[in-house]
Amino acid sequence: MADINIRRVEKSYGDTRVVHGVDLDIRDGEFVVILGPSGCGKSTLLRMIAGLEAISGGEIAIGGRVVNDLEPRQRGCAMVFQNYALYPHMSVAENIGYALKIAGIGKAERRARVQSVATAIGLEDYLDRRPGQLSGGQRQRVAMGRAMIREPKVFLFDEPLSNLDAKLRVQMRLEIRHLHQRLAATSVFVTHDQIEAMTLADRMVVMNQGNIEQVGAPSDVYDRPASTFVASFIGSPPMNLLPGRMTESGQHVELADGQHVPIPTALAQGRAGRPVTLGIRPEDIRHGPAAGGSGLTAKFDFLEELGMGRLFHGTLGGQDIIMHATDKTPPVFGTAVDIAFDPSRLHLFDVETGKRLAGESGRADKEQWSGYRATA
Amino acid sequence: MIERARGLNIATQIILGAGLLTLLVPLYLTFVAATQTLPEVNRVPPTFLPGTHLFDNLAEAWVRSNFGQKFVNTMILATGVVVGKITVAAITAFGIVFFQHRFRMLIFWLIFITLMLPLEVRIVPTYSVAANALSPFQQILDVVGLTWLLEALTGMRVALEWNLLNSYTGLILPLVATATGTFLYRQFFMTIPDELVEAAQMDGAGPLRFLWEVLIPLSRTNIAALATIMFVYSWNQYLWPLLIITDPNYGVVAVELGQLVPDSNTTGGGIPHWNLAMAGTLIVMVPPVLVVIFMQRWFVRGLINTDK
Ligand SMILES: Nc1ncnc2c1ncn2[C@@H]1O[C@H](COP(=O)(O)OP(=O)(O)OP(=O)(O)O)[C@@H](O)[C@H]1O
Ligand SMILES: [Mg+2]
Repeated sequence: MADINIRRVEKSYGDTRVVHGVDLDIRDGEFVVILGPSGCGKSTLLRMIAGLEAISGGEIAIGGRVVNDLEPRQRGCAMVFQNYALYPHMSVAENIGYALKIAGIGKAERRARVQSVATAIGLEDYLDRRPGQLSGGQRQRVAMGRAMIREPKVFLFDEPLSNLDAKLRVQMRLEIRHLHQRLAATSVFVTHDQIEAMTLADRMVVMNQGNIEQVGAPSDVYDRPASTFVASFIGSPPMNLLPGRMTESGQHVELADGQHVPIPTALAQGRAGRPVTLGIRPEDIRHGPAAGGSGLTAKFDFLEELGMGRLFHGTLGGQDIIMHATDKTPPVFGTAVDIAFDPSRLHLFDVETGKRLAGESGRADKEQWSGYRATA
Repeated sequence: MIERARGLNIATQIILGAGLLTLLVPLYLTFVAATQTLPEVNRVPPTFLPGTHLFDNLAEAWVRSNFGQKFVNTMILATGVVVGKITVAAITAFGIVFFQHRFRMLIFWLIFITLMLPLEVRIVPTYSVAANALSPFQQILDVVGLTWLLEALTGMRVALEWNLLNSYTGLILPLVATATGTFLYRQFFMTIPDELVEAAQMDGAGPLRFLWEVLIPLSRTNIAALATIMFVYSWNQYLWPLLIITDPNYGVVAVELGQLVPDSNTTGGGIPHWNLAMAGTLIVMVPPVLVVIFMQRWFVRGLINTDK
């Protein structure tokens, strides 16, 4: 069993604290992706798990055993690095088998295990090459092989795909997923690529400035972002965030330019008359007058063709907004056009803390929107 | 940078040629003198064409200076110094670069400062230490009063003595510490990516293993360069051996060569044997030249197999 329990873990470099008391429980066999902008402390957290970085405060336990004072080699983790970090003077076979050699495993067994790992990563024909004679993708595979051969309890990945081209990245992503299915080892994967995070993760951890903003399944994090930070970080293009004020009736949010957005009553909850941030994803906005006549208008300036839809860029209530339209309505630029928000997909955030207030009230509402769309 | 200007090209060729000539002329003169007989070499005006007595002169110089023994001695000295230097420097640089301890910058600067104090500057204290390598310890014992205490208690006087004069150890040890080598290794070690160090840590390699199985193989070309420079350096050692070696059995080639050079002592005011001195020079030059040629091939191989 290799679950990882992280308790109030902190990291400081001198006086600067870069990880602020993080709590996280990773279950045995789970694939967890840590996602966040550059410099938020993802690598630092991962390296504290690996033992490459001293823990300034709190406690990390792997498989129930506190590892704070253990050397990296005693923690049973294997790590895949961003720049592969292969030994340049060793052949592929030696690179993969080095950990076994250090562990004092005999030549014959070593050769057999290297062979089987090489087969698994598709590098049987390259065992005698030096890393310098391999392509980026092949080097990446060697790095994975080197991690696999020890049959570790925990796999740690620090942006292992970021040096690969787009196509190879997708392919390696699938291979990592396969690998995980086969080995079922607990995996922690750091990235700042949200597609990578969404596709790989059983659970996703979104970090910001040394704090965890949200932990949850990818769809959860996408549908119910816990804060404006997560809302604007996850999703491409990001969620539209519009400053507004809840009306006294609690039925609408009034935007800066006086337009009213009707909201489900469930969202109002004692916020009447208070300022809020209204969130709506680009794909939850569409053309056309809303049913019930409470239409919104926005002005669009240009569009981007995606093939699977079009991104309309414009302004609403003095804010830039983006609408992802999948219909074929002919674009109108420069004058106000009717748009509608999916009421079941509205998000409300506290203006001061940026925390989520409520929203996305569930499947029932979803149905309602389909009906709503049909009537439009 | 490739310059295509023709005039500049010619100018650089000329400068190159001039430089080569300046280097080669003394060598040529050495060679010419070594091939001439005693009367020929002392003729006025001098002839600049080789004579026919090269092998006679070489043989005579070899025998007269007992170069056989001197070559062995110098080879021991040079090998000892080279091995010592590349080992000590590697370990020192390893300690400075890869271990985070409080004094590492202090230690680095101390070593760096010794770059400014070559052996010649500190030769007198070095000699006194070589005369008794344990004298610093003796002094410490004296100062803290242990000598006195032991004498009072046991009636025996502690007198540490380890004489290094007229010994290979004495020849080699003072030359082994090398700030230059440490600095060279340090610069190289600093280019090793942190990730590589960490990968080795994750693989379970301890520090010594990392040094031996990763760093040293990666430093091959550095080691070759350092070894070459240091071999030539120690082969040419003159002052230090001159000072501490009085027993001719431990003599080294450079000192011996100095004795071949004619002066009023060696010739007793007679005709100077420049031809023998130059023949001796040719002999003494051979090993460093061979080492450079051999190591150069090694560099090139190292450069072709560049590991990235
Ligand atoms: N050795 C160090 N000394 C001081 N500060 C450091 C050190 N290493 C990292 N930091 C700081 O810690 C913070 C977190 O760094 P970390 O490497 O964990 O970021 P990251 O989330 O992995 O970013 P990226 O996506 O760019 O890799 C950064 O602000 C960085 O400047
Ligand atoms: Mg990082």
